[in-house]
Amino acid sequence: MLDEAERMLPFARGEKPTRAAQGRVLGALFFEPSTRTRLSFEAAMARLGGTSLGFAEPGVSSVSKGETLADTVRVASQYVDAIVLRHQHEGAARLASKYSRVPVVNGGDGAGQHPTQTLLDLFTIRREKGPIEKQRVGIVGDLKYGRTVHSLAHALSRFGAEMVFVAPPTLQMPKDALESLREMNARFTTESSLEKVVGGLDVVYVTRIQRERFPDPEEYNKVAGTYRIDAELLAKAKKGTIVLHPLPRVGEIAPEVDVTSHAKYFEQAFYGVPVRMALLSLLMGVEVA
Amino acid sequence: MKELKVTPIRNGTVIDHINPGMALKVLRILKLPKPETRSSITAALNVPSKKGGKKDIVKVEDRELDPREVDKIALIAPKATINIIREYNVAEKHNVRIPQNVTGIVRCGNPNCITNQQEPVAPQFSVAATDPPRLRCHYCDRELQDVAEHIV
Repeated sequence: MLDEAERMLPFARGEKPTRAAQGRVLGALFFEPSTRTRLSFEAAMARLGGTSLGFAEPGVSSVSKGETLADTVRVASQYVDAIVLRHQHEGAARLASKYSRVPVVNGGDGAGQHPTQTLLDLFTIRREKGPIEKQRVGIVGDLKYGRTVHSLAHALSRFGAEMVFVAPPTLQMPKDALESLREMNARFTTESSLEKVVGGLDVVYVTRIQRERFPDPEEYNKVAGTYRIDAELLAKAKKGTIVLHPLPRVGEIAPEVDVTSHAKYFEQAFYGVPVRMALLSLLMGVEVA
Repeated sequence: MKELKVTPIRNGTVIDHINPGMALKVLRILKLPKPETRSSITAALNVPSKKGGKKDIVKVEDRELDPREVDKIALIAPKATINIIREYNVAEKHNVRIPQNVTGIVRCGNPNCITNQQEPVAPQFSVAATDPPRLRCHYCDRELQDVAEHIV
C-alpha cells in the first residue's frame, strides 16, 4: 500500500493527470464533522478522475429522520462504488460493511480506529525519514483517549520502530494497550518528560491534549504547557528530527515551529491524498498508469 | 435435630460444578423462579466438590434446557455439567462448551458501541479465552469486562 501511495504522488500533486476512475463514484458518509479526512478522500477521488457524493453532517441526511445506519448504508451502496464512513459510534464501519454491497473504508469510528490516518502516518515517516524500523518515534500527548494513537503504536511496532510514549501519568497509554504491544514484542518505553527524551527522537508525533478530560482547568494548563512544542524545545532535538501532528492542533505546536525544517505536519496532511488514492484504486480495482 | 435433605428429582435438570457464587446467576439466565411454577428448584451454594474446592449446584424440576440457555451458562460457569434426569435416572450428561462465536446472547459493555444503538444487528463476540471466559466485541473490538452482567 505504501509503495502504491508512493507511485500516486505525481497524480496527487496534479503533475500527472489520470482518468483511471472515470465514471466511478465514492460515497462519503460523514456522520461527524471532519475536515481533513473528508477533504482528502474527496481530493483523492477527484485526482483519480472519479467523483464523490455524500454528506458532511447527519443533519442533512435521512438519519435525522431516524433511519438506522444499516439502512443508510444499504441505500447509499446502491449508488456508489465505495463508501468512506465517519461515525461517532465504535464498530460503525464494521457494521456498515455487513450491509453494504460495495467496499467500506473506516474513516474513524468514535473512540475506535482510524486506519487511513495510521497509513498516512506510516507513509509520512517512511517518506520523510526512510525505513520505519530504523526510527525512534516519540508519541506525545493524550495517549489514553487519543483515537489514532493506539492504531499507530500497533502499526509502528509491526514495522519494528522503537517507541517512546510521552505523557503525564494520567494520560499514559492504557495498560491493556501496553500489554498487547508487549505480546507483539514491541520495543517501547514510557516517559513523562518530553524535554528529557527529545534529543534521542527521530520523530516527534504530537497529539492533542483535550481540555474536557481535565476536571480542573489549572491542571489542564499545567499539562498542556509541559508538552508544548516550541523552538526552545526543538533546540535540544537532532537536526533531522521531524514533528508530526494529525491536526487540528490547538496550541500543542507553536506557530514559530512551522517555518523550521522540523515541521512536517502539513506535508503529512497532504500525504493523506496519495495514500487514500492508493487505497481507493485498489478497492475499486482501477489501474492508474 | 431434623435434617433437611435435597430430595432427588424425578424429571428435570441438574446443573453441577457451577463456579462457586454463580448459582443465582444461573437461575437468572433460566428466568427462574417463575411465580406460576409448581416445580421445585434447589440451589446449593458453596458446597464441597469431589474434584476439590467449592462449587454451586442448581436442580430444576420438570425442565430441560435449550441450547441457547446452555451457551449462556457456559459463559459464567465454564466447568458446569448438565445432567438431564428422567424417571430419577441420569438420562444424559454433558459438559457445557463455550461456542466459538458468541452471537445474540451477550450485549457489548461499551455504551458507545454500534450494537447498542438500535441497529438491526445481534451483538457478536469472539472468544479470546474460555476459562475464565474473555470475550471481544466483533464490532468495537473492546473486551467485555463482566460477562455475567451482560448476558441478555
